Amino acid sequence: MAIIGVLALQGDFSRHIGVIEALGSSARAVRTPKEIAELDGLIIPGGESTTIGMLMQRFALLDAVRSAVQRGMALFGTCAGAILMATEISGSDQPRLGLIDMSVERNAYGRQIESFEADIGDEQLLPGSESLTAVFIRAPRITRIGTTVRVLARFESDPVLVQQGHLLAATFHPELTENRSIHAHFLKLSGHV
Amino acid sequence: MSETLWSERQKSTWRTKVGLAEMLKGGVIMDVTNAEQAKIAADAGAQAVMALERVPADIRAAGGVARMSDPRIIEDIQKTVTVPVMAKCRIGHFVEAQILEALGVDFIDESEVLTPADDRFHVDKQNFRVPFVCGCRDLGEALRRIGEGAAMIRTKGEAGTGDVVEAVRHLRTLCDGIRRLQLLPREELMAEAKELGAPYDLVVEVAQTGKLPVPNFSAGGVATPADAALMMQLGAEAVFVGSGIFKSEDPARRARAIVDSVAHYNDPEMLARLSYDLGPPMSGISVAGMLAEDRIAVRGW
Repeated sequence: MAIIGVLALQGDFSRHIGVIEALGSSARAVRTPKEIAELDGLIIPGGESTTIGMLMQRFALLDAVRSAVQRGMALFGTCAGAILMATEISGSDQPRLGLIDMSVERNAYGRQIESFEADIGDEQLLPGSESLTAVFIRAPRITRIGTTVRVLARFESDPVLVQQGHLLAATFHPELTENRSIHAHFLKLSGHV
Repeated sequence: MSETLWSERQKSTWRTKVGLAEMLKGGVIMDVTNAEQAKIAADAGAQAVMALERVPADIRAAGGVARMSDPRIIEDIQKTVTVPVMAKCRIGHFVEAQILEALGVDFIDESEVLTPADDRFHVDKQNFRVPFVCGCRDLGEALRRIGEGAAMIRTKGEAGTGDVVEAVRHLRTLCDGIRRLQLLPREELMAEAKELGAPYDLVVEVAQTGKLPVPNFSAGGVATPADAALMMQLGAEAVFVGSGIFKSEDPARRARAIVDSVAHYNDPEMLARLSYDLGPPMSGISVAGMLAEDRIAVRGW
């Protein structure tokens, strides 16, 4: 069984752990480089990307995650996690992992009162999953993707779920809704059988 | 009586409101009174800031009526930081809340720290698109506020004192209340709801799930990294720090140490390192020696 971790510095990490458990697997809350070195898959949750990035930098976790990804660890970021995985964050020099060849714009849909839910249809979604309600909270927008990045789902014309190799990023929060297909897909990327 | 849980029956916006509260877990929300302080807080790693005209310790010292901040202060802070900006309205003052929503604040704190505008009723928070956080001292008060539409609860503590004793008492009381509900047989829940002064459906939900349907944060009296970690170990999901940072001698260092201590609240060796050489904390007021009329946690109905 693959060992899955959820980065538990700040954000809704407990919701991700709940989804992984609902899928019949288990996930550890991780906070140190040593804990990350043991993982087959890591989730970076929603939260504040500046706070999480800063804490990762202070506790030497940026390099720990980069080298774990290099040895094959799968990585999944939602919202703030997706921002931290992007190579380019418009108008910001905040600490980041910079692993997926894409540009993101933070808070692209506006302030909290503009947060929304939307059905993202099934046409480009993961094989076997039905239409899915996506919760966007002060969400980022992916404004550019590199040629190695595959779009798994869009909202209107924007990519909202993308994959590059064993790296997966969502601008919304699959951990807040009932459909678990995206987490199930991530378990597969982590080598879970 | 419906068999679905109360949370499941709320409008779709409920998920985005509580969702933001979920995103704020595991972090520190800091009171700031100007753009410069907001920048210090955000640079230290605060995941949100509370825009105020005065921190609670200064509200206490100034006396008189404490009201919503001047919109200019809120706007200055919104322009300075990218993290969520919260602001306070008086208990029951729904027009202050309307104004804060119009300003686009990310969360409204209907707060006992300001002078209540209504001595019987709170704001009907369901009617707003912006989420609200409210204070509580026990389970009944928490469930009344959630019933009115609060998407986040914080235990009150005693704001502006730097004394953590009330924060501890309120969080322990809340947790006791939740544990007690889990032990009661279903037929006793209606009488218990009456006793608590809480909506029956919410009482049933908490009895079933063993937790509040919204995130529960801690506030009121946190002044050190150890205080913050104490509240987290007692079960708070994040910490509000008001006067504790900008009334200390080295706000930037203390702010950062408190942020780091919440991320590593269960690691005593790390907490020891984080507590080194922070300079004097706010001097504070012992709650035990306070006059009853100086206490603000009792505001809220």
